[in-house]
Amino acid sequence: MSLVRIRNVHKSFGALEVLKGIDLDVAAGEVVVILGPSGSGKSTLLRCINHLEAIDRGVIDVDGAQIGHTMRHSRLVKLSAAAIVRQRRQIGMVFQSFNLYPHMTALENIIEAPVGVHGEPRAAAIAHAHELLARMGLADKATAYPRQLSGGQQQRVAIARALAIRPKLLLFDEPTSALDPELVGEVLATMRDLAGQGLTMIVVTHEIGFARDAADRVVFMDDGHVIEQGTPAAVLEAPTHPRTRLFLSRFMRQ
Amino acid sequence: MDDAARDVARAHRPFPLGRGLLWLAVMLIAADFAWIVAGNGNFGWPVVASYLTTASVLEGLSVTLGLTVVAMTLGVLIGLPIAIARLSNDRLLGGLAGLYIWFFRGTPLLVQLIFWYNLSTLFPEIAISIPFGPTLLHWNTNDVITPMTAAIAGLSLNEAAYMAEIIRGGLLSVDRGQVEATDAFGMTRAYALRRIILPQAMRAIVPPTGNQLISMIKATSLVSVIAMADLLYSVQTIYNRTFEVIPMLLVAVLWYLLVTSVLNVGQGWLERRFARGSERGQPA
Ligand SMILES: Nc1ncnc2c1ncn2[C@@H]1O[C@H](COP(=O)(O)OP(=O)(O)OP(=O)(O)O)[C@@H](O)[C@H]1O
Ligand SMILES: [Mg+2]
Repeated sequence: MSLVRIRNVHKSFGALEVLKGIDLDVAAGEVVVILGPSGSGKSTLLRCINHLEAIDRGVIDVDGAQIGHTMRHSRLVKLSAAAIVRQRRQIGMVFQSFNLYPHMTALENIIEAPVGVHGEPRAAAIAHAHELLARMGLADKATAYPRQLSGGQQQRVAIARALAIRPKLLLFDEPTSALDPELVGEVLATMRDLAGQGLTMIVVTHEIGFARDAADRVVFMDDGHVIEQGTPAAVLEAPTHPRTRLFLSRFMRQ
Repeated sequence: MDDAARDVARAHRPFPLGRGLLWLAVMLIAADFAWIVAGNGNFGWPVVASYLTTASVLEGLSVTLGLTVVAMTLGVLIGLPIAIARLSNDRLLGGLAGLYIWFFRGTPLLVQLIFWYNLSTLFPEIAISIPFGPTLLHWNTNDVITPMTAAIAGLSLNEAAYMAEIIRGGLLSVDRGQVEATDAFGMTRAYALRRIILPQAMRAIVPPTGNQLISMIKATSLVSVIAMADLLYSVQTIYNRTFEVIPMLLVAVLWYLLVTSVLNVGQGWLERRFARGSERGQPA
């Protein structure tokens, strides 16, 4: 069974329909990269999966539970705000602009949710955080504040922060787009490591190289639709849809 | 080019003659002013000295300080939920908060104080009851409203309106991405506010709050009109008897200045405390 199951999802902002019937499945342990032009609805889809945005139509299930809704006496009811908050706790998210807590050190950033939200004992959370920082190559940065770190280091702390809650699913929204070109590589390398470790990841990115060698599947979105998906080899080397071809040709030329 | 001789590490600073002369001129004028003030018998410095620590003045001072602390604390405690209500998506809550701020900021504090003091003429009895239903508890208004309670109600409810706007501004100054992150990590609104949003908002909240506190110390002098024995009231009581108006007012002025100076120092400390993680003022 798939970990994430998305069926006929529609989402509008006012009169603007951004998602126009999305179907997508992500199996446990799978790494899915979503590509597509700006404004095609990639971020919106990601944000719908952890209910940062509410969908207008369709169904999203994560690990067998419907996001934002539940069946009660064979009637579908919206979950309370508190229940939605609880649902999100199994999903980690990494943002384009990092969004680290600037008043906390790297270590404090990482243990905040495990201790404060998940009720993990502080000592265990700190040990786990040090382990994660070491994995990110940041063992010596535990006491640094975000502003004292480079963009690449900040994003790796943000990845450690997302991993610290032991998520069932990790969402990445353009994690390298805010980075200087020379810092992109270190973050992508970290993400490649994670991809090889059986984590379930949905990654929105413009890094075709990462899609080629880290993704199990590439999904191409355009104008609120999934127009093509398949193995990286199939979608990147032999795209069938003209819009995919157009998009990729722009990137390949670079 | 002799780079060793031109190394900026060896540079000397020329003597700033212009600034030196300016300093000298300012010092001279200040000294002269101090001399005039000290030598003018009408200021009555010996009287100031003898009354500065009189029991009734100190009592008045403690009333002023106590009232300031209580009214400010209540003002913040009431202002915080009003600020949160004002920012909520709930139209009813937001509207009520807006109405509160509109009313209490829109009417003079002096009028509000006198209004609370004379509440009994409007409502001779105060009661807790179910709307249109039975009464659960009731009091005689004159027993509840003393100069003290009227002063606390007037000052704190007024302060809450200003603090609500200051806190709201602080909350709005926090980056949107921070709210995103707390949502994505499944934090409840209250938890996110306490741990993530408010600590960052404090940088924008502390300086204007220090300003409010200093205004509040002076605003408490208004309570002398409802016969509350604060610092101003106690020096007035003395000069009504001795007719030494200026020296007694100087007693009050010196105390007000001393207290506000202490607060300035405290504010600087708080500002550094909440600058944690920002470029300016890295903690060790
Ligand atoms: N909160 C919002 N309110 C109104 N419109 C929105 C909102 N969020 C997104 N949109 C609009 O929805 C469309 C899709 O946005 P989305 O961010 O999902 O695109 P994207 O594929 O992630 O693009 P990019 O590659 O530029 O990040 C855009 O036209 C955007 O302006
Ligand atoms: Mg986007």
